[in-house]
Parts: sequence; C-alpha cells; structure tokens
Amino acid sequence: MKIRTNALAGIALAATAALGLAACGSGSSATAGSSAAANGSSAGEITVYNAQHESLTKEWIDAFTAETGIKVTVRQGDDTEMSNQIVQEGQASPADVFLTENSPAMAQVENAGLFADVDKATVDQVPAEFRPSTNKWTGIAARSTVLVYDKNKISADKLPKSMLDLANPEWKGKWAASPSGADFQAIVSALLELKGEAATEAWLKGMKENSKPYKGNSTAMKAVNAGEVDSALIYHYYYYGDQAKTGENSNNVTPFYFKNQDPGAFVSISGGGVLKSSKNAAAAQSFLKFITGKKGQEVLQKGTSFEYAVGSDVPSNDKLVPLKELQAPTVDPAKLNSAKVTELMTQAGLL
Amino acid sequence: MTNKLAVPGPSGDLTTDTTTAGRGKRPRPPFGVSVVSIIAVLIALFSLVPLAYVVFMTASTGWDTAMALIFRPRVGELLLNTVLLTVVTVPLCLVLGVGGAWLVERTSLVGRKWWAVLLAAPLAIPAFVNSYAWVSAVPSLGGLWSGVLIATLSYFPLVYIPAAATLSRLDPAIEQSAASLGLGAWRAFFRVVLPQLRIAMTGGGLLVALHLLAEYGAFAMIRFDTFTTAIMVQYQSTFNGTAGNMLASVLVFLCLILLLVEVRSRGSARYARIGSGAQARALRLPLHAYQLPAQLSLIALTGLAFGLPLTFVLRWIVAGGPEIWAAEEFMPALLQTLAYGLAAAVATTVVAFPMAYLAVRRPGWFSKSLELSNYITSSMPGIVVGLAFVTVSIRMVPSMYQTSALLIAAYVLLFLPRALVNIRSGLSQAPKELDEAAQVLGKPPLLAFLRVTLRLTAPAAAGGAALVFLGIVNELTATLLLSPNGTRTLATEFWSKSSEIDYAGAAPYALLMILISAPMTYLLFQQSKKVAGQ
Repeated sequence: MKIRTNALAGIALAATAALGLAACGSGSSATAGSSAAANGSSAGEITVYNAQHESLTKEWIDAFTAETGIKVTVRQGDDTEMSNQIVQEGQASPADVFLTENSPAMAQVENAGLFADVDKATVDQVPAEFRPSTNKWTGIAARSTVLVYDKNKISADKLPKSMLDLANPEWKGKWAASPSGADFQAIVSALLELKGEAATEAWLKGMKENSKPYKGNSTAMKAVNAGEVDSALIYHYYYYGDQAKTGENSNNVTPFYFKNQDPGAFVSISGGGVLKSSKNAAAAQSFLKFITGKKGQEVLQKGTSFEYAVGSDVPSNDKLVPLKELQAPTVDPAKLNSAKVTELMTQAGLL
Repeated sequence: MTNKLAVPGPSGDLTTDTTTAGRGKRPRPPFGVSVVSIIAVLIALFSLVPLAYVVFMTASTGWDTAMALIFRPRVGELLLNTVLLTVVTVPLCLVLGVGGAWLVERTSLVGRKWWAVLLAAPLAIPAFVNSYAWVSAVPSLGGLWSGVLIATLSYFPLVYIPAAATLSRLDPAIEQSAASLGLGAWRAFFRVVLPQLRIAMTGGGLLVALHLLAEYGAFAMIRFDTFTTAIMVQYQSTFNGTAGNMLASVLVFLCLILLLVEVRSRGSARYARIGSGAQARALRLPLHAYQLPAQLSLIALTGLAFGLPLTFVLRWIVAGGPEIWAAEEFMPALLQTLAYGLAAAVATTVVAFPMAYLAVRRPGWFSKSLELSNYITSSMPGIVVGLAFVTVSIRMVPSMYQTSALLIAAYVLLFLPRALVNIRSGLSQAPKELDEAAQVLGKPPLLAFLRVTLRLTAPAAAGGAALVFLGIVNELTATLLLSPNGTRTLATEFWSKSSEIDYAGAAPYALLMILISAPMTYLLFQQSKKVAGQ
C-alpha cells in the first residue's frame, strides 16, 4: 500500500532526523536537498560576498570568468550586514572577496584585521584619493550624493544651500530618503566625520521629523516622480540609470548637487578587498585587479550602472557630471564609522 | 522501533463519557509512546534554538542597554502598528474564511464546486506578490489600512481551508437534533456548528496572526513598519546587532501572548464521531433571495485576492516582453525552489507527526508544552530563526554553516505549525477506539497505528505538507540569510528585482511562484475535502 510505504519511510526519516539532531553536528543530513556546502574553494573558484548592485557585479564576473576561467560564486547582501557577517565568521569565512557600495563596511572589516594587503599591481591602478592609506582594500567605483526634486513643487531658488538645511522646519514632509539603506548611512557617516556627533544627532532628529522613509533609493525617487513627495536625498546613478532605460520613474525629477564641500556633496567610495582567510588568495587578488583594471572600469563607463569609474584612468560615463566638478568634501574612507551611525540612527528612531 | 511488548487492554476511555475521559486512570504509556515522546522532546529542544538565541542575546546585552533599546518611542510606534494590524486583520480573516466555508459547504450556493477551489486560490499568491500587484495598481498604497487590505486578502484562506474541511465532515446529526429541538438555521449555526469549528478557527486564526507578525516583503513594499520589517532593517545595517535582537525579544513576547490566547480558546472538547452507523450527508440551506448577494460578494473577494494580483503580474509579463525570460537566470532559481520545497515539506510532516500524536492522544502539560515550544519557534520571523542558525552554526557547528541542510532545518522549524495544525485536526477526527480495536484483534500497536490512524490522518498530513511547500516557495527572509552561497530561489530573485523597482523583471518569478503554488493549493484543497476513511 502506497500510504504505508510512505509512512514507514517517514518514520525512518524521523528517526534519522532525530539521531542527527541528537548527535548535533554530524555535518550531514538525511534530508539535504540539492547542492552541497559551498565552503572552501578549489583551485579555479572564488566566493564573493557582494553588497554592490547585483547586475554590476554580474557584468564584472562574466567578463572575469570569460578571461580567466575562474568560477565565481556570489552571496548577495547589504554593506554592513555582510561586514558584520564576515567579522562573525572570522577565520572560517567562506568569502574570498568582499565588495561593497560604500566605505564604512570596508572600514569595519579592516578594523577587525580580516583583510589581506591588496596586491601592489592593483593599488597602482587606483589613485590615492579612491583608496585608504592602509591599502587593506581599494576603491572600485564611486557615487555622489544628490537631491532629486520635482521642479513643479520646488523652484530652483528654494533649493537648500546645504544638506543640513533639510533638518529645518520649512522642509517638514518635503523630502524622502531610505534610512535603512547602506547608501544613506554612508552619507550620515560622512556627516559624522565632517561635523561631529552633536551636529549629526541634531540633524537626524530633524530628519525623523521632516523626512518620509522609503525602502531603497529607487523607491524614494519613484515617489518623487509620482508626486508623492517633493524631493529625495539619494545617490546620482539611480537617476541616470532610469533615464537610460525608459525614464518612467525619473522623467519628472531633476538632480541637484550640493557641491561646495557640503556634507551633501559627499562622494562615497565603493570598496573591494581580499579576505586574509581566503583559500584561493591568488585568484581573489586577480579578481580585484581585474575590476579595478581597464576592462573592469570600462564596465562602469559603458555599462548600465552609471557609477563613477575610479581606476586605470578610465573616464566615467559621459552622461554624468564629471567627478571633479562635484566639489566633494575630503573624507578619509577608512575613518567612516558605521557602528556609531547605526547607533545614532537607532537613537533617533530612524531604525 | 520494533515493539511487540505491550498489547494494552481496553483503555478506560472506551466506555466513559468523552468529557471526563483521561485524568487519573490512564494506563502506563506503551513503549511506542515513550519513543515518540523522546523524539518529540529532541525535536522540541532543537526547535528552541532560536528562542534560546533571543533570550541569551537579550540577557547578555545588559539591563541598561536592553531597557534603553526596548523602551523607546520607535518601539512604541512599531507596537501600535503591529497590534492594530493583528486586531483588525484576524477577525476579518475569520469572518471571510468561515463565511466562505459555510456558503460553499452548507448552502445551495450556485457553482459551489468552483467557489470551493477559488476561495482557496489566493493562497497560491504569495503575500509579497500580492503587495507588488497592489502597488502596481495603486502606487500610493501605504500604511496600516493598506497592510490590513493585503494581509486579509492573502491570509483568509488559512482560515477558510480548515473551516471548510471541518464543515464538510461534521456529523449533521447534532444539527438535526438542534433543529428538532426548535433552533432555526441561524441559531443552529451559531450554537451548534460554530462551536465545532473551534479548532479550525483558533488554529487558522493563530496562523494568520503569526503570519502578520512574521511577514516582511508584503509590508516593506507598502512602507508599513512592523517589528519584523524593523528587525530586517536592523539586520541589513548590523547583521545580528543588539537593537535588532531587542526588537526580536519584544516580538517573541507578543507571540507568547498570542499563543496563550489560542491555547485558552482552543478548549478540550473532543469532536470525533463514535458509535455505529454511517454519517449522513449534511443538509444545505437554500439561499433563495440571498443567492445573488452571495455570488457578488464572492466575486468581489476572489477578484481582489486572486484576480487583481494575477492580472497585474500578467500585465508586467506582457510589458516586459521576451527579454525578461532569461533561462539561465530563472531555471536554477526554479529548480532550487522545487528541491527545497519538496525536501522540507517531507521533513516537516515527519517531524510534526510525533508532536501532533502526543497532543491529541496524550493530552496534558507535557504534550502541550512540546507543542507550544514549536509555536514559539514558528512565531518568530524567518529572520530571527535565520540569525539564530547563522550564529549558532558559525560558533558551534561550523560544518553546517551555509549548507542546504541548515536551511531545510530552518524551514522545518518555521513551517512546523502548518503541518501540526493539519495533522492534529486529522488525528482528532480519527477515533482512537479504532486503533485500540485493531490492537485487540491482534495487530501489534505499531501496525495498528500504521493501518488505522495513519491512514485516517494521511489526507490531513498531505494537506499540511502542501501548506509547508507553499510556505517555502514564498519564504524570503530565512532564505536570504541561510541559503548556501550561490543559491537563489524564486522568492529571493523576485525580491531582489522588485526592490530595484524592476517590476517587469520580477514578473516571471512572481508568475512561476504562482504556477508552482497553484497545484499544491489544489492538492491541499482536495485532501482537506476527503473525509477520513472514505
């Protein structure tokens, strides 16, 4: 009888499962479904913990694998989620390479002493302004803070002089942001580094009062486009990326750069680093060298990411406002403190 | 598990009044029951890992920090949101679920065979796909009432299915007695039928409430913050940071309250039919003038819960054109989703059985606390289970870290109640006297159990397995945390695309999730209809 067979199989499975649980750590399971553990890498494989945009990293990987034959497995996540994860994994981390959107997460892994030195050939490809002085990791791309706004709601002369103005009462209910995102938290970390804790705390308090929280920069921009809110503090490439496609989420918005070394003119450096614990350090280093090299940076120039290129003298996409014209404040990426930022934002009730 | 020892004599329960059965004169449990108990205890201990994690993390945080993170305005906002959502949505789901079941099973509703399936169909639409479709239809959706709308439409079948199954197998004799004693149709419904739906309603209601507490994607998409979305935000910023753990401990506290409410309202009555003769078919109430309003309300309900999301998914599919169908992207996600779903559905059903058996056949503080321990686990959001497993496996069992076995174990814990509720109600409808009769006739207890009780419970167990499978196809947060490197499921791909507002790119994944879920929903529906033993 079918049912009985199933039942007997089921009981056998239950017993096995119970035994497995009792042994607690035999390492295998009777019910394991598909793939085996991806721990450890063989000669031609590396694992990348990727907090960068999935599509951008995929372009890099496809080109890299085509050139070197090295297979790349990706784990997708967010900046400080993955940096904390790597810190907890410690020496046992399956990650060979860590890529982020912003610097604070890189600084955290660096401070935990988990990064290997970046190969000199890679360091030489990236100008000093786009990497930390320690060379424990390197910049791989850059993005600028921008205020996208609805021209019909805010006239050009009413635009804020500084990002700090957004905490003033006249901006109540008039701007959106994605406080849960690593991007926004990087902007706050720059503010913290530039203006100190008291000013940051006060600004976050104003932000809690004034801003409408959205999940994700693209969603915030879409809301401005749809007339739900007047403006949004995001990164530049969401606008250009959408314009390059259909513009359906950005045709009604205009980008505004604060410039003037304002905290709101912050240019955030996306980082890449090789873990000390990597079992395939050579392949991991070659991947980092590839993405900061000419071909990797041309993915930024010609692809759909619209992030700024930073290495190998490759110019950025010509649709972008040149990086040099943005008058970004000088911030040492190694000093950005993600833990303090989350603490302050949690205190302000934003997280 | 070869047990030829005890052939228990007729237990005292056989002849006693069902309401006073048990207490004080129960025979020593046979060997088989002890084994079941041991297995159940092991499973329960394992299932307490996430709770232990939260408690340990809270305790090790230190009093001052914990208080500062728990008693802050933000937690107040979240508490208000979560409580309002639950208090409004659960009763709505109960009314829609029981009302729908009653119309389909007990009235002369035209096309009831179709309606019976259609009312279960929204279960094939994951809540976050529902949210995605509604946001496409009404972009400005946000806040509490949008949350109530989407949650109600997504979750009322969790009440409808057990209510319909129970209604279809209730012995009409009691209603007939009520009618012969002068009760009209309405009063008979409220005084006789509804009380018999108690297990279905409390079980279904609890499931709905737990879903509300654990849902992430559907609420994140409409900017409605609950504890779970806030924990996810903390996770994305801090991995397993203190603030997130404190939010989780508040959430666990809320779940404990829910569980208490459910246990209190479940009651201890027995609903199995005993005695000679066959059960009569239930009479259907003629609807007459109410036929049209009934049809219209069912059209509206299924249209909003099923028609609208399906329409908008298809609209995005059309808008996206052929380029959104990149096989090398969605085929691995599809296969991995199926493999995980099947493996974990089987594992969960097997694990649930000892618990359900003890709960129904050996009720008492022991079985109740075992069951409760699982509810506690399952009431935690996938993210907390994920975090606990990540942390424990990193620190104590590195060989399990980022393996598919660990992810399946998490699925088992997360979806155990779905299997439990079903198997328990199946078991409670299978009279244990039949099992005992088989033993008296010389069958060893294990064989008697397999031949009688297991067969009678099989439809309910299959229903439970289908529900678990559905849950896994739609599971997002634990999958994000625990999946082995490189593993992508339909749900995680859908989420990653829709978070970047690539709604067209997300549509194939939404459609595939619906297509996989649909046959399982149908199977679930079919199995739930089968009266045990027929």
